[in-house]
Amino acid sequence: MPKTLFEKVWDQHVVEEVKGGQEILYIDRHFIHEVTSPQAFSGIRDRGIDIFRKEKIVATADHNVPTKNQHLPIKDALSKLQVDALKQNCEDFGIELYGLGHPYQGIVHVIGPELGVTKPGMTIVCGDSHTSTHGAFGAIAFGIGTSQVEQVMATQCLLLERPKTMRITINGELGEGIYAKDIILYIISKLGTGGGTGHFVEYAGTAIWGLSMEARMTICNMSIEMGARGGMIAPDETTFEYVKGREFAPKGEKFDEAVEYWKTLFTDDEAVFDAEYNFRAEDIEPMITYGTNPGTGIKVTGNVPMSDEVENPEGLKKSLEYMGLEEGEKLQGKKIDHVFIGSCTNSRIEDLRIVANYVKGKKKAGHVNAMIVPGSKQVQQQAQKEGIDKILAKAGFELRQSGCSACLGMNEDKIPKGEYCVSTSNRNFEGRQGPGARTMLVSPLTAAAIAIEGKIVDPRKFELNKLAV
Amino acid sequence: MEKFRVLKSTAVPLPEEDVDTDQIIPARFLKSTTKEGFGENLFRDWRYDSEGNPNENFVLNNEKHSGKILVAGRNFGCGSSREHAAWALADYGFKAVISSYYADIFKGNALNNGLLPVQVSDDFLQKILKEVQKKPSTPIIIDLPEQTVLLEDGSSESFEINEYKKMCMLNGYDDIDYLLSQKDKIKAFEQQHVEY
Repeated sequence: MPKTLFEKVWDQHVVEEVKGGQEILYIDRHFIHEVTSPQAFSGIRDRGIDIFRKEKIVATADHNVPTKNQHLPIKDALSKLQVDALKQNCEDFGIELYGLGHPYQGIVHVIGPELGVTKPGMTIVCGDSHTSTHGAFGAIAFGIGTSQVEQVMATQCLLLERPKTMRITINGELGEGIYAKDIILYIISKLGTGGGTGHFVEYAGTAIWGLSMEARMTICNMSIEMGARGGMIAPDETTFEYVKGREFAPKGEKFDEAVEYWKTLFTDDEAVFDAEYNFRAEDIEPMITYGTNPGTGIKVTGNVPMSDEVENPEGLKKSLEYMGLEEGEKLQGKKIDHVFIGSCTNSRIEDLRIVANYVKGKKKAGHVNAMIVPGSKQVQQQAQKEGIDKILAKAGFELRQSGCSACLGMNEDKIPKGEYCVSTSNRNFEGRQGPGARTMLVSPLTAAAIAIEGKIVDPRKFELNKLAV
Repeated sequence: MEKFRVLKSTAVPLPEEDVDTDQIIPARFLKSTTKEGFGENLFRDWRYDSEGNPNENFVLNNEKHSGKILVAGRNFGCGSSREHAAWALADYGFKAVISSYYADIFKGNALNNGLLPVQVSDDFLQKILKEVQKKPSTPIIIDLPEQTVLLEDGSSESFEINEYKKMCMLNGYDDIDYLLSQKDKIKAFEQQHVEY
């Protein structure tokens, strides 16, 4: 029977079908971080059991960590407590921890791929909704709650209902200055924040297959923002090339053997999806969100919709009140206070290159606070090696140390109440970047252009240097 | 986990759609290493102003409305996977949520914590919201064995729930007990499972 990519990988991991429509799914890799793991460790202790397969767990501290002076003790007492608890738990149970100060530390969804832990055909989970990122490699990767973190710790398995399948195909050629972030914001604006609920999405089409691994990760990362369980892209030469030679990737003959298997991971021609959507790459323009959920993306040159143009006028009214915007307002030219470049969506080396390439020789607007937070220690080091840190500093951008930072403001990187922040992160929910903060989601290129001009602009209006990515 | 059979209670109306878990419990309150006490900060930024004073317009501060059931707009619980959202609702005293659509992870988290997510039609949800707003003392009956929601005027709607999850809720079982009992099968699976 013809199968989808998702079905091929899922079927490889079913231990057993359980009466009542659930399946026991075996999990190959379990990432943990400090926020969603402590209660799971407590659960394991309370049951008096040990962790079943500790070698399949990779831990890092990312959500709470400061992005300045990481060598000093964490100032926020509660953040410190959580980071310390992770360290203690990993010590007690014998789990590998890439904690603060470790050369591999970083955002969990950045370090997994860059270390070669994330590989095609795997099942990967983490107590974090953006685990969907790892689907870029053709893995089944999804976020779970803390009770499930405990389940995986106890048994390396989860009890799950098999999700439905969806394929989103984008054919055609992307215009200049259009990046993966624009693609996914465009898709979510079409499907809505609940449009993918219950489904596992496969992204396909020439516009997707032409993307780098970093760009594919950006797309899969935000699958959850349309409610999807996860997103995945069939592995190809771009994938194999990326994985090859990384720390935990198979080596030599083992790698060749793996590639032979990975090459079988694609959707068969006759396979049927529960839902299908098709878009044209030519229709996608630089995007920005105006509202308080990631489904509110519009062209950066566009206007905020009118209440009679939306399904939920009450919701629009409430979100515009929060954002300090009017119906029908043009966003271009609006003054911006902060620019945040970072998060598991857009903090990889390619994102930093795009920004550096654009701001080289320019200077940020005086009133803008521009912060760049690399996704990992390794990204930070690579940026230094390439001289990106110097370019950014000259342009007036502050390059911080790695972590989740102002994406969700669990550390001290918060946006003040009522101020506008153009952000390369994934969520513009009320208060996400700090109580009262007003977030607008964009691509790294658009963020860079806005930082320079100090107001919302279309990056394509300015000279775009050819990128050697 | 507590057993859930039949719940009769008044309800708290929250008609907003797309309520995300950052609203249910903002990230800055996720720093605890235990499961207790999150109810205090449930809907924190809607419930209190920036000085910490109760916001009178928010339903949890409205004396007229109370109860063990939260009736919420479509697509409840979207966004972050934080189970703290389910813990906060349960800690506050809710035993069930009624909505017309749930985000997947929230739904799973709720079920794993004995908080029943009841999914009804959009029309029936609007009817419940209207009834509750008109008459806050009106009781709602959620009958899990029968899988129905019953209103005071006698109208009702049935809801669906995964058969296994229903059994867990009725008996107060959690998934880990079950999975632990399957360890031999899991070990056998590992013998033939190839990971590259």
